[in-house]
Amino acid sequence: MLAYILRRTLYAIPILVGVNLITFLLFFVVNTPDDMARMQLGSKRVTQEAIDKWKAEYGYDRPLLWNDKVAGVEKATRTIFFEKSVKLFAFSFGASEADKRDIAGEIKTRMWPSLALAIPVFLVGLAVNITFALLLAFFRATYVDFSGVVLCVVMMSISSLFYIIGGQYLVSKLWHLVPISGYDVGLDAAKFLVLPVVIGVISSFGSSSRLYRTLFVEEMGKDYVRTARAKGLAETTVLFRHVLKNALIPILTGVVAVIPSLFLGSLIAESFFGIPGLGSYTIDAIQAQDFAVVRVMVFMGSVLYIVGLLMTDISYTLVDPRIRLQ
Amino acid sequence: MSFIPVLLATDVLIWLLVAAAAACCWYCMRHDHLAAPWARVFRSPAAVGSTVVLAAYLLVGLADSVHFRPALASKDPKATAAYAVDVQSLLDVLLAHLRERTEKTYSAPLATRSFAKEQIERADGKVERDFPRLRYGGAHLTDEGARAGDVAVKALAGLAAAAAIWVLAAVALRPLRRRSPGVPWGAALIALAAILAVAGPAFWLSASYHVLGTDKVGQDVLYLALKSIRTSIVIGTVTTLVLLPLGVALGIMAGYFKGWVDDAIQYLYTTLNSIPGVLLIAAAVLMMQVYIDTHAEMFPTAAQRADLRLLFLCIILGLTSWTGLARLLRGESLKLSELEYIQAAHAFGVSGVRVLSRHILPNVAHIVIITLVLDFSGFVLTEAVLSYIGVGVDPSTTSFGTMINAARLEMAREPMVWWSLAAAFMFMLVLVLAANLLADAVRDGFDPRVRIGATGHSPAGKGSDAIAGAVK
Repeated sequence: MLAYILRRTLYAIPILVGVNLITFLLFFVVNTPDDMARMQLGSKRVTQEAIDKWKAEYGYDRPLLWNDKVAGVEKATRTIFFEKSVKLFAFSFGASEADKRDIAGEIKTRMWPSLALAIPVFLVGLAVNITFALLLAFFRATYVDFSGVVLCVVMMSISSLFYIIGGQYLVSKLWHLVPISGYDVGLDAAKFLVLPVVIGVISSFGSSSRLYRTLFVEEMGKDYVRTARAKGLAETTVLFRHVLKNALIPILTGVVAVIPSLFLGSLIAESFFGIPGLGSYTIDAIQAQDFAVVRVMVFMGSVLYIVGLLMTDISYTLVDPRIRLQ
Repeated sequence: MSFIPVLLATDVLIWLLVAAAAACCWYCMRHDHLAAPWARVFRSPAAVGSTVVLAAYLLVGLADSVHFRPALASKDPKATAAYAVDVQSLLDVLLAHLRERTEKTYSAPLATRSFAKEQIERADGKVERDFPRLRYGGAHLTDEGARAGDVAVKALAGLAAAAAIWVLAAVALRPLRRRSPGVPWGAALIALAAILAVAGPAFWLSASYHVLGTDKVGQDVLYLALKSIRTSIVIGTVTTLVLLPLGVALGIMAGYFKGWVDDAIQYLYTTLNSIPGVLLIAAAVLMMQVYIDTHAEMFPTAAQRADLRLLFLCIILGLTSWTGLARLLRGESLKLSELEYIQAAHAFGVSGVRVLSRHILPNVAHIVIITLVLDFSGFVLTEAVLSYIGVGVDPSTTSFGTMINAARLEMAREPMVWWSLAAAFMFMLVLVLAANLLADAVRDGFDPRVRIGATGHSPAGKGSDAIAGAVK
């Protein structure tokens, strides 16, 4: 098991290198640092001095890959590639370009609001979706099931933007139940988080419930379920003791993959509700064209995705004894 | 009226796609084994109904994909014709009355007066603040009290016209009904009736009112919503042009050749997948923005620049979303390559490329079709989110995303400006719902046994793929 985990972790390195190369190509080769400086400085008629000053200030005044002007190891290290891309591997993120604040520090403080929103959405959503799917599976091939599936299809056809806008309008503006947006530290945050959590659950409800229902119904067609019914078990016992357990395997191993990504928060919900998490940090960076932050978030996202993959593999062996890792 | 045609890149692609789809249709109709799954699909009333709805959307989108620059009216007949700078489409001409009648600012649906108060000078010289009459909305009314009656009369007239068209369509369908009785034509007629019942009165009323109100700069919201349809259709279909070759070629190659080819392709898609999709798209679009800004001379008209940005968005979306299809196809062709008929082909000395194209590809085609139809609605929804973040289409392109983005600020107004949001909501819901219903029917019709959950769009989908990788 340990050897397997080690091997998978080593396998992650070439993937991260690939991610880094892609971001490097996107950020530095398609457009030269000069273009970026011009973009950041705004106006069309920027002097070359202003561009050079900007580049020196943010460390873009070096060659891309190979520095001939210095000696020894520095030929490779005093380059944009090393400074901006390789250093990410050491989790040394540098400062943001828009307000010059330390990115790593920002991530540490902004992680908590993101988690405060993402974890309840994840857990409540999972519980609600599984319960609803189980209900539909219990009433399968009846009008309850049919109307439930129709509800799911309609709900998954609505853009999540509408859920947020509609929810804010109804709950906050019309009924004045919770503040429209904002955030507070400690327990006071709860009143700001209720609405985003509910809306987060609702916007994933349609597609997830339908998928889980399919999994349950498929499981109910299997031979062991027929055996269980044949020996006289009540339908509810069959459902809860046999079907639920077995159908949970694909569901749980599936959702394990997204757990690490919860850190990154939700882009849309956070910016709509003014929650100072990593999602709104990313959106702000995109809108301010702060490439340093975007680069770091891309890197973090891929690290967390790979951790998620690894966790999925491990959790699969834990819940399903038939799977052996080689 | 003379004009010069303007060929936008996305126009060319969308018409090519229509031609290709028509060719595929014709080819399938002539081969029974290819027509059979489609016949199963169109036995479902939901599929037939949603096809009619989608066809209506497509019609609007296609009318909006014929672009030209009209000649400017000149008094001197001998002068060389000068052409307008702004590019128009066939839809713009059909809806000229909507496009040209812009008010000053917001006005509610079917209103006769503006939404905001203004200083008005009366005939007797007194100045007071009141809601001014609209320039076009209900301008023909001398007595505003008669508005409700006028609206009702016009709506009924529109309904009557719609009913007439519907009866004509029903009669025209009769030979088709006789030829293929298995298809639930009733569903088609019901869908058509629903479309006409909405479109008829709306069209009739739009001659003298703003049916869905006007937006901040006084543009007709109905016009904006209709223009957004093309953007959605381009995003949903042109993206597949990028996704399809990459996903199919790499997917079946990985599954069939195995070994280092498989390793390389798996590495490629794991790497691409591990970058959060929205961020990768955002990064690519930001970079493109810098490129467009520094190479302004490459784009003669604003329409061409906006169009190139739309095309680029499609390419980026395609480049980031082929991985789901490739993974599915890899798994399927891994299974297929072990079957006897493939081994027989090997024994006969058939070359690898020929095995792929003759034996593997036709047997994974159902997965390709199911994925394409499923992805359409996903792309339409993604566009709205991306445009909201500011990395979607060009701000000058009308799309549901830009409409929602603009409407977001209107939420805070008191009383709320709800109509542009409602319009975007309804148009989008109907489009995505129809696409989802059709996708379900296609999935059931093509392969009742294979369950392809949510391909790549849901976390659970990604998870189960990771499992497949581990089990291998």
